[in-house]
Amino acid sequence: MIQRLLPFLSLIALFVGLSISSPPFLTATNLSSVVRQTAVINIMALGMTLIIVAGGIDLSVGAILAFAGLIGTKIMEQHGAIAAGLLAGIAAGFFWGLVNGLLTERLKINPFIVTLGTLGIIRGLALLYSGGLPVVGLPRGFSFLGEGAVLGLPFVLYLLVFCAGLTHFLLQYTKLGRYAYAIGSNREAAVYAGIPVSFHTVAVYAISGALTGLAGMIEASRLMTGQPTAGQGYELQVIAAVVIGGGSLSGGEGSVIGTLIGAFIMGLLANGCDLLGISPYIQQAVIGAVIILAVTLDEVRKRRFAKS
Amino acid sequence: MLSHNTVQTSVLLELEHILKRFGGVRALEDGNLSVKAGEVHLLLGENGAGKSTLMKIAAGMLQPDGGVIRWRGEPVRLRTPAEAAAIGVAMVHQESLIAPHLTVAENIFLGREPLRGGMLDRRRMEREADALITEHRFPLQSGWRVERLSPAQKQLVEICRAIHSASSLLIFDEPTSSLSASETAEVFRIVRNLRERGMGIIYITHRMEELRAIGDRVTILRDGCTVASGALAELSMEQMIHHMVGREIAALYERAPLEPGEELLRVERPGVCFRIRAREIVGLAGLMGAGRTGLCRRIFGLDGDGEVYLSGRRVRIRSPRDAVAGGLAFLTEDRQRTGLALRLPIRTNVTLTNLSSLSRLGILTAAREQSPVRNLIEKLRIRADSPEQLAGRLSGGNQQKAVLAKWLFRQARIFLFDEPTRGIDVGAKAEVFRLMDELARAGAGLLMVSSELPELLQVADRILVMRAGQIVKELARPTTQEQILRYAAVGE
Repeated sequence: MIQRLLPFLSLIALFVGLSISSPPFLTATNLSSVVRQTAVINIMALGMTLIIVAGGIDLSVGAILAFAGLIGTKIMEQHGAIAAGLLAGIAAGFFWGLVNGLLTERLKINPFIVTLGTLGIIRGLALLYSGGLPVVGLPRGFSFLGEGAVLGLPFVLYLLVFCAGLTHFLLQYTKLGRYAYAIGSNREAAVYAGIPVSFHTVAVYAISGALTGLAGMIEASRLMTGQPTAGQGYELQVIAAVVIGGGSLSGGEGSVIGTLIGAFIMGLLANGCDLLGISPYIQQAVIGAVIILAVTLDEVRKRRFAKS
Repeated sequence: MLSHNTVQTSVLLELEHILKRFGGVRALEDGNLSVKAGEVHLLLGENGAGKSTLMKIAAGMLQPDGGVIRWRGEPVRLRTPAEAAAIGVAMVHQESLIAPHLTVAENIFLGREPLRGGMLDRRRMEREADALITEHRFPLQSGWRVERLSPAQKQLVEICRAIHSASSLLIFDEPTSSLSASETAEVFRIVRNLRERGMGIIYITHRMEELRAIGDRVTILRDGCTVASGALAELSMEQMIHHMVGREIAALYERAPLEPGEELLRVERPGVCFRIRAREIVGLAGLMGAGRTGLCRRIFGLDGDGEVYLSGRRVRIRSPRDAVAGGLAFLTEDRQRTGLALRLPIRTNVTLTNLSSLSRLGILTAAREQSPVRNLIEKLRIRADSPEQLAGRLSGGNQQKAVLAKWLFRQARIFLFDEPTRGIDVGAKAEVFRLMDELARAGAGLLMVSSELPELLQVADRILVMRAGQIVKELARPTTQEQILRYAAVGE
């Protein structure tokens, strides 16, 4: 039980530790900046939770984020339509998620390989489409998405809470979520039980794609540009958030709460390193070590389970 | 010291008062066993009695928390399987511990690869493997990749590996649980052959009918303790069962056929024509590789398109979804791989087949699942703390019941049971039969695939015999093992 709570306790410990060691940490400005910084990874990680629970993986989310941001901002740049741009960005993400899911299911290829391939394809297409140049000159109102505040809280926090609630609902209270756990836990048993396994696997990738599309629009809004090179390396942070939060890369395990905690642990680590003046180079190493530590603890717990 | 040794010459391995805990759970309380050279020593006990744990300790795979291990009279410590192999002890595992991507030869030599100038001596490996295979007349070739082999052949690879690594004592952990009658006979032949050469054999089994055919002495474990040990000839079957379960149970299950009702399933394919009616249990016998499981898979839509007649209506079955929608249920041989999601609770496993019945407006709540799952647990007498217990924590018999619960929740009417008692202990077998009988009484139709002929004879109303992918004979009650085997082996 203590080990199940470990990610949460670590988060609390990290929070308390930083509050004590760095006075600027516990200020509204800093905390809302942490929220804004982690929101993008957080929302992507929600989608990744669905995929990992279902026993899959998506390495192309960073590229999808860039592609979606690019499409969305291009439409805003050309037509000035914020809502249309937003929807287009989300739709672009959904589309690529769908492609990933269909490729994995139709070709029966390991999703690791499929999405490693689409990572290159999507990123290449984004660069090709933009000619390598960022999209600028976006409508000013667009910055509200990433930088705005409502009732003193960052707007992205509301978005995050909404998306998290939605994903949690999907995972815990719908057939889709139940099937995702079943497929991830034992795909063959799910097939034998007469579950439409392929359909639900594809659906999970598509939903994750849409969430990544939204994250892409938030990222674009924060930078007020559409960058074809945005989101490089995000896939690792996103997967790390899920895994730190208790998700298992062998499928069947993971939760929204865990993922949120995982993403915030990483966000706080980065923020803490900044505040304490620790080199960003070391930050990467610290986060890497935390991932290994988290997974090790989880393995220990599982081995104990297996033995008893 | 010298006199002690001379007295003990024929005794190979002695395990005394072995104690083993896993976390807080005591797997072995007082494990005792003494095996001599040139004997087949049977180790009996129900699932969870501690047989496998005791043998893993003997094979150096687990370390005891207490007790003494003696090898030829001298206390020894076996810290790894390699140390055990070094003194001459090896184990043939129940679940295949072989590397699927390697060849038969590579698996036999795994961890003991012969080298030549620092490089793998592939030729020698294959030569020696071939010699071993030929010597024992195994249906194998050294160059075959293990992943393409049948479970029976994989078991033979395991046996090869053990024979190759150990010279004095071999431990067989239920070697025949996945084998057909003819393959079982083959394993017996190998075991006897090894005994003739003066090796000691420890043989774990669930199949009571095998005992007399193979054993010399017997040790019986119950709840982690050795409760009896002695010459097999001095113990009756009833006594042994009594020691195993600690209570009297009917050794044989008796079942009278019911009056069959309307036709539920009819299959009309070249070479394979049969029907199953309501309240009927139809047996399906055949040797390993006769295509019994394949037939179930095709009916269930796992191997592409096919047609069956459900209650007289022609239905096309393209996938398990269609089969399930048509009221079919497939209880597979390999429950852990295809029947249950072991890391999910019983509840989730059971309701998976019919979530729509629990959803309101697409919303599913765990609370609504509780009472139907509890009812099924109670009805099938699944030994579980609660519906939330993980399926992986159930014993073999209870896992089988959980799979059945899954299909009852779906309200299936036609049940395909593939080796329903595989890996299930004596006490639980009778209960599985009782449940099958109850299903039939409730109007279901059952197909029972089994390699255990005595069980087929006890449970099935009539028996279809399959050979080389075709149903060659239908035998009505009363029939005999000999008759079944004749059709299964010769086809006439």
